[in-house]
Amino acid sequence: MNNALINDEPIPLLKRLDWQDWLYSIVLLAGAIFAFNQYSHHMDVYEQGFLFGAVATFSWLGWSWKAMRNLVLGVGALSLFAIFVYDADLQRAEQAFFLKYLISSQSAIMWMNVLFILATVTYWVALFNRSQFTGKFASSLVWSAVLMGFVGLMVRWYESYLIAPDVGYIPVSNLYEVFILFCLITALLYLYYEQRYATRQLGGFVMLIISAAVGFILWYIFDREAHTIQPLVPALQSYWMKIHVPANFIGYGAFSLAAMVGIAYLLSARGILASRLPSLDTMDDLMYKAIAVGFAFFTIATILGAMWAAEAWGGYWSWDPKETWALIVWLNYAAWLHLRLVKGMRGPILAWWAVVGLFVTTFAFIGVNMFLSGLHSYGEL
Amino acid sequence: MRFAVSLLTVLGIASIIGTVLKQNEPYTNYIIQFGQFWFEVFEVLGLYDVYHSVWFLLILLFLVISTSLCVYRNSPNMLREMRVWREHATEKSLRAFSHQHEYQANGTPDEIRAGLTRFLTARGFRFKTLQHENGDELIAAKAGTYQRLGYIFTHTAIVVICIGGLIDGNVPFKVQELLGYKTVEVRDIAASEVPAESRLSTANLSFRGNMTLPEGTSADVAFMRMRDGYLVQELPFRVALKDFRIEHYATGQPKSFESDLVITDPDLAEPLEATISVNKPLIYKGIAIYQSDFQDGGSNLDFNLWGLFSNQVAPLSVLGTIHQEVTLGEGDAALIIEFDDFRKFNILNLTADGKGKPHNVGPNVTFKVRDTQGQAREYVTYMQPLKLDERFYFVSGMRPALQEEFKYLRIPVDENFEIEGFMRLRAAMMDSAAHVEIARRLTASSLSADADNDDMKGKFESSVTQLLRAFAEGGYTRIAALIEDSVPEDQRDNAAQTYIKIISSAAFEAHNLARERAGQSPAVADEETLFFLQDSLNSLSDLFFYGAPFYLELKEYEHREASGLQLTRSPGKNLVYSGSVLLVLGIFAMIYIRERRIWLLVKSDNRVLFAMSSNRKNRDLDMEFARYQEQLQRLLT
Repeated sequence: MNNALINDEPIPLLKRLDWQDWLYSIVLLAGAIFAFNQYSHHMDVYEQGFLFGAVATFSWLGWSWKAMRNLVLGVGALSLFAIFVYDADLQRAEQAFFLKYLISSQSAIMWMNVLFILATVTYWVALFNRSQFTGKFASSLVWSAVLMGFVGLMVRWYESYLIAPDVGYIPVSNLYEVFILFCLITALLYLYYEQRYATRQLGGFVMLIISAAVGFILWYIFDREAHTIQPLVPALQSYWMKIHVPANFIGYGAFSLAAMVGIAYLLSARGILASRLPSLDTMDDLMYKAIAVGFAFFTIATILGAMWAAEAWGGYWSWDPKETWALIVWLNYAAWLHLRLVKGMRGPILAWWAVVGLFVTTFAFIGVNMFLSGLHSYGEL
Repeated sequence: MRFAVSLLTVLGIASIIGTVLKQNEPYTNYIIQFGQFWFEVFEVLGLYDVYHSVWFLLILLFLVISTSLCVYRNSPNMLREMRVWREHATEKSLRAFSHQHEYQANGTPDEIRAGLTRFLTARGFRFKTLQHENGDELIAAKAGTYQRLGYIFTHTAIVVICIGGLIDGNVPFKVQELLGYKTVEVRDIAASEVPAESRLSTANLSFRGNMTLPEGTSADVAFMRMRDGYLVQELPFRVALKDFRIEHYATGQPKSFESDLVITDPDLAEPLEATISVNKPLIYKGIAIYQSDFQDGGSNLDFNLWGLFSNQVAPLSVLGTIHQEVTLGEGDAALIIEFDDFRKFNILNLTADGKGKPHNVGPNVTFKVRDTQGQAREYVTYMQPLKLDERFYFVSGMRPALQEEFKYLRIPVDENFEIEGFMRLRAAMMDSAAHVEIARRLTASSLSADADNDDMKGKFESSVTQLLRAFAEGGYTRIAALIEDSVPEDQRDNAAQTYIKIISSAAFEAHNLARERAGQSPAVADEETLFFLQDSLNSLSDLFFYGAPFYLELKEYEHREASGLQLTRSPGKNLVYSGSVLLVLGIFAMIYIRERRIWLLVKSDNRVLFAMSSNRKNRDLDMEFARYQEQLQRLLT
């Protein structure tokens, strides 16, 4: 009896860690200490806090989701390799083989685009063939795309400093960069749920929205040359931006994920692909989980935005179109959560709502920049 | 609840209207956009400032009250729910649960009890044991009851945030306006002349005003735009602008906007000096001073004024100051030049395909030329020549109305990179006295010296003179009209080509005549000269569409900038922030804490009844119940 008790008892996170977890954290910490020794005189106290905060955050992420360890280490290694090959000379992007074809920021981002599209196709093939193996292959394609995407952003960060030290910035600052961020965050959220709930059949659906974003990125590169690094306008030179924007994109990514699951739900409820997709309950639950995460982060992002606005525009709320639409998105999902949590509603209505919610979110994300003018005009198309 | 949801929907729609319809524009823009009738309808509805209209604020107020009542009514229940154990559940009711299971346990009652309590503790459940009279024992356990705090937190947070927002809104002014104590000032008068009913004293709790300070000046009031007018907000100190700076990246884009401010206040022993920039405001006496924008603070400009349709060669000197005007001429022919803006840096992308890098093309000046009828045209003139299609031009844009696009006049530079070359050529081409001489020279150079051609020479000469006069009267348009009037339709193309050729050749003679008069050596007919003449003729022809009888060439400037400051006092900010913290805590509590209750009824015959419930029925509960059911199975048997 006692054995049964002990074997079944939940083990706290720290006791579940193995030597690989500790090695991973030691590598992270060593990296941070190295960076601190080399560059601490360039950092203010917040930046030093961020540096070691990042070690804690990524350790925790890697411990609770083992696949993250490989991603973090992979992104770190490839980015460092790119920096090594660059050797502080921007011209080498065109000369060095690795940079030109693989890991200069633009090449890496192109690889990300290609891999996301391939993953989309592969997921659909897997769905129609009911093939486990093809599905697994599709997942690894998404992982590789995420790896290349993050390497692209990291190297872009470095490249911006090579243009001129005063130009350098963290690449979450214009529409091009945030679209990449959107793809990456949506893909990561999806991968997490795929692993957690074994819902590989949904990959094809979620990858559709990412492919749409990839399409936009490609158009933006080829038609508008959006990938050229431009220095930041004074309004964007703020720490708030660096947390406001990613928090927002966790929200947007999660809402998009929920909407795509909603589409799968609605199809399945009508008997289309029903035998191939996860059960309706699972999809319903997944939709809720995604919207809950999205809502929490969207709230944080909006609050951070308000705090930044108080510092940059002289008021935490100016009824700027972007702010107003953020409020509308927030009210929309607040209503969704109320119906589910308070009224206990389930089923197609919420799925439809999640799908429509994507249109509201998309309008708040790009529509406002395209059609309405206001203080957020730096994201203009 | 239903009513509250409808109100929220109304707020949502109103907010959308507010984003689609540009808010707080000058009222004349709305009249142009909607016409008088709809303008008035929308004005009554308050659509030009939706977020501060009375009905919007009333709905908001109502929501605050109804949410507060909701919190007030439900919180005691919620708190009680958090505390209770529900240990009085009967066996019958437990058996009615959708999540329940019964086991036949092995072991002594003590062992069973010890095992079960350990099971609960390890999974984070707190419990209470109740001995029944019939020897049964009920263990009532609960976990995650703090979820209910989430409800209280989020709803309180919304109330707190809204109250903070209402404090920082202009509610006090709205009330005073309704009571007739305050009115919006609509006249364009100096701040010191604004009457008391449009002034807000330093005691005003919250405000958001603007102030434009030219370098070297100071002010102790801020302006608040309101509907079609403004209010004056008095400040408890005086702000002076010492210097305003724009720093640039190597590529020419602006890098920072900074203002050096000096605050003087009787409470200060000595003036407070501070530099503010975008994202880095100064907070003094609870008032935050932000760098918000910048404009020209009255730069002094030194122009050469070239008459365009006279034969005068030398320019006049004109001095102008931004935000001021200069009158040229007298009586009905008088023209007023209103100098609107001077910009020292202009980042333009001038490459033909638009794909090259934008760069700084130097200063420009924007002004209006208004006639005595009040009609005005707007001009923008660049100081330095711009490189367009591989050649350099002095560029000046004109538009007859603000909503139209600028049309640009390009004047080619001469060999010294100056405008004089063109202006001298222009003087010759516009001078009817010079036309005869030009025609004579052209005839001499293009017709052979045969004596018997005298008659023909005379004819040619007079037709060249005629052509030049026509060109001087209306450029190519005039020549085209001339051809249409006098040449049969089938010969027009030929005639046009011939005429253009003659004018080009005449222009070369005019060019040399002008150079001769200026004491310069004659020009060689090389490619460079021909391009110059071609461009000059195009530009001469365009002068007739330029709309002003003169060209203002900017020679010198003395730059003086003005910094746009925003001053705010928002005592509600701390409430809003604490509300926000509460909101985030509440949302996480509501979403990530799951309230679950377990009942374990241990019967005297060693049967154990396991029942589980949650205030939210969902898949997590199903899965957790299935897991616990299995684990209890192993534990008990």
